[in-house]
Amino acid sequence: MQVSSVTNFGRSGLSDWLIQRVSAVILLLYIVCHSAIILNTPEMTYALWRDLFAGTTMRIFSLLTLLALCAHAWIGMWTVATDYLTTRMMGSKATLVRLVFLIGCLAVLAVYFIWGVIILWSV
Amino acid sequence: MLVSVYRYNPETDLKPSMQDYQVEIPGGKDLMVLDVLALVKEQDDSVTYRRSCREGVCGSDGMNINGVNGLACITPLSEVVKNDKLVLRPLPGLPVIRDLVVDMSIFYKQYERIEPYLQNDDPVPAIERLQSPEDRAKLDGLYECILCACCSTNCPSFWWNPEKFVGPAGLLQAYRFLADSRDTHTDERLANLEDPFSVFRCRGIMNCVAVCPKGLNPTKAIGHIREMLMERGA
Amino acid sequence: MANIRTMTFDGVIVGGGGSGLRAALELSQSGYKTAVISKVFPTRSHTVSAQGGITCAIASTEPDDDWRWHMYDTVKGSDYIGDQDAIEYMCSEGPQAVFELEHMGLPFSRNEDGRIYQRPFGGQSREYGKGGQAARTCAAADRTGHALLHTLYQANLKNNTVFFNEWYAVDLVKNQQGHVVGLIAICIEDGEVVFIKSKATVLATGGAGRIYASTTNALINTGDGIGMAMRAGVPQQDMEMWQFHPTGIYGAGTLITEGSRGEGGYLVNKDGERFMERYAPNAKDLAGRDVVARSMVLEILEGRGVGPEADHVLLKLDHLGEKVLNDKLPGILELSRTFAHVDPVKEPIPVVPTCHYMMGGIPTNIHGQALGQNADGSDRVIGGLYACGEAACVSVHGANRLGGNSLLDLVVFGRASGIYIEKMLSSGVEQQEASDSDLELGLSRLDKLNQSSSGEKVADLRKELQVIMQNHFGVFRKGDFMREGIKKLQAMRERIENPHLQDKSNAFNTARIEALELQNLFEVAEATAIAAEGREESRGAHARDDFTERDDENWLCHSMYYPETKTLGKRKVNFAPKTVPTFEPMIRTY
Repeated sequence: MQVSSVTNFGRSGLSDWLIQRVSAVILLLYIVCHSAIILNTPEMTYALWRDLFAGTTMRIFSLLTLLALCAHAWIGMWTVATDYLTTRMMGSKATLVRLVFLIGCLAVLAVYFIWGVIILWSV
Repeated sequence: MLVSVYRYNPETDLKPSMQDYQVEIPGGKDLMVLDVLALVKEQDDSVTYRRSCREGVCGSDGMNINGVNGLACITPLSEVVKNDKLVLRPLPGLPVIRDLVVDMSIFYKQYERIEPYLQNDDPVPAIERLQSPEDRAKLDGLYECILCACCSTNCPSFWWNPEKFVGPAGLLQAYRFLADSRDTHTDERLANLEDPFSVFRCRGIMNCVAVCPKGLNPTKAIGHIREMLMERGA
Repeated sequence: MANIRTMTFDGVIVGGGGSGLRAALELSQSGYKTAVISKVFPTRSHTVSAQGGITCAIASTEPDDDWRWHMYDTVKGSDYIGDQDAIEYMCSEGPQAVFELEHMGLPFSRNEDGRIYQRPFGGQSREYGKGGQAARTCAAADRTGHALLHTLYQANLKNNTVFFNEWYAVDLVKNQQGHVVGLIAICIEDGEVVFIKSKATVLATGGAGRIYASTTNALINTGDGIGMAMRAGVPQQDMEMWQFHPTGIYGAGTLITEGSRGEGGYLVNKDGERFMERYAPNAKDLAGRDVVARSMVLEILEGRGVGPEADHVLLKLDHLGEKVLNDKLPGILELSRTFAHVDPVKEPIPVVPTCHYMMGGIPTNIHGQALGQNADGSDRVIGGLYACGEAACVSVHGANRLGGNSLLDLVVFGRASGIYIEKMLSSGVEQQEASDSDLELGLSRLDKLNQSSSGEKVADLRKELQVIMQNHFGVFRKGDFMREGIKKLQAMRERIENPHLQDKSNAFNTARIEALELQNLFEVAEATAIAAEGREESRGAHARDDFTERDDENWLCHSMYYPETKTLGKRKVNFAPKTVPTFEPMIRTY
């Protein structure tokens, strides 16, 4: 008996699980990287900050992180929704509530992503 | 000693309640919780619980004892009783049939779902199939499960998704057959577990390990299943 | 049909232990509509507690092993009242039955060459007793029963057997022609009473060790099948033969496998003396169980017992070393630590002979068909009724069962019953009918309980019964003392048939089940008592202070207890195996 994954975009539980871990590593690297830069820059100015993000490498790294963030958040929120917003917890209205909640999550993530891309490429 | 027992009879009660019994422990003996329940039942024969082997191998009397899941028959009072009070509740997360007896259908269904029997398509030999002691040793810590449900009913993921998450007991058995050198259905078994629920709802919090009365480690088995799924995916 | 629902099956098996599941598997595999009725979820049946292993000449650890040597040991172990055709069948079919279990997935321990691990057990020999100790017991560590029961349940799941779990069989339904046509059962969860109609009814209900106060048996071992059969007028065979296992944990009654002695453990008295060397110079601690248990009791009676009451002895295992104990006897370590508060790696375990196994039961032939007797003493097959496992008396154990032979008995005769019923069904046997009045037996018992407004508590009556049996029908027995016990029992019948059931609920009413179980316990106890008083000799597990010798002239036979008249008769032992010469009775020494 296969368990249907209904609203999951992932291929399988395994890919979800892998994406979750790989994206977490990217997010961690990004944070470490930026912390190091900030700590090693005695006086951070707007010009320095702008230059930092103007480089192609940093742009790709940031975009990757943005993607990782969205994927990580989506899988996480989907998991939370299928744990707590279920028929078992709230009866027959659960499917509708979960759908609305997940569409909300998607919308927020889409806004984040598009906004992020616009910022990155407007530098 | 004060024994507080969860009571619910679907024929007469609208909702469950706790009922207190005063039990005389003979001669200061360190009885097992099951012995105490027998003393309660002598006072009130309507108190209902399951029991069979009374030595921790049949898995009938899993219950929540002073807040912790365990087998009543191998849990001595000295291990659990504080302030001379014993609180007995049914295993959490499953529907209560009556008092300490829970409906385990969904638990058994998850066990059946992992096809808990050896599958081998090779022709049957005239004698036994051979297995090295090393390969046999891989089944230790897996085959000993007694299906008492202490672990699965201590697992939040199983509480939230008992229809979709196999749960620690079922997964331990899933790995028991994956690890058996005599089983040839590894690929089909793994394919059956790949979805986002069956295995991957395990968050590794090890609640199952903490309560297993046989000292087994389902979390570790689930880790092995994940590794096998990864190898298969790669 | 009365006011109750009727369900119809080709075969119905009462009991979800080893023999019941093996019989069910055979029938399910052949496609017949098969139901198993079990008062507990099948893997909670008492087979799960079997530890040491399943004895069978698969010639693994000793490649030249021979099933005939196993047969010799079993005949000798039975003190010559085991039926030799049945023992021959069990020992020769055994290897096939064990290999089938392995193919189903049973996780046997292994030897270096990959074959099944076998350990020495009591009463085992090579070359018909002349070649020294054999190692013939196939083991899955010391959890063989658990591994076996789970494997059989799993195999039944694979073959879609229909399970009625937590249903309790109340009584057989026998029609006016004396044919068993099914049974009355009650669903424990909701109290519904149904008539389950079947062409073949198999009683695989296990033992009744709970008739004694101190027993290794599970709380569910209440002889339900024996009680049902007796109420339907079926005679019982060799009911005086109760095995007391030498090593029950003192105080708790939980079992320590004979495999612990097979691995090299031994018994000592308060002086640290290995006393079995005196009683059984050759086999020592691996003599027959009856011999070891009696020796232990004698040591205690002669003041060499251990403890403040000098009422038990010790089982020493520490010399085997931690590794052997962890590999081969892990369950024993667990049980000793839990129930004896002793760590066998460091200290010996306090043990005492404890009621363990019912050699007697429903007489059957090797096909599992239940037998009654004609007026001339010849066997008469009871239509529609079968029995296997501990509830049955085929008889392969006679007056004393050898360790590891019970699991073999379960699978061989569970399988044999299934094979025979399959053959019978495919030959087109018709369902016999029952009338309303035939259902009355079971229904009236239920009604009586449901209407009880006075009477004694089940728990009190049960305790009283167990104490009588423990005191009057223990390891050593004496005529006048047994007659006193029988009187006490007879005075209990009326009280046990009319206990007070306070809880009349239909929702998972375990009080009602316990009352019904008590009535079965009583039937078994009374049969045991009358048979024990009647057999005026000492043989196997039946040891009398007033008849200390074996009496082959008068008692080289089965005892038959007739429940309708509460009298004792005899039945011939089979001395005619088909492929080997008869093993003639000899003096039994170890």
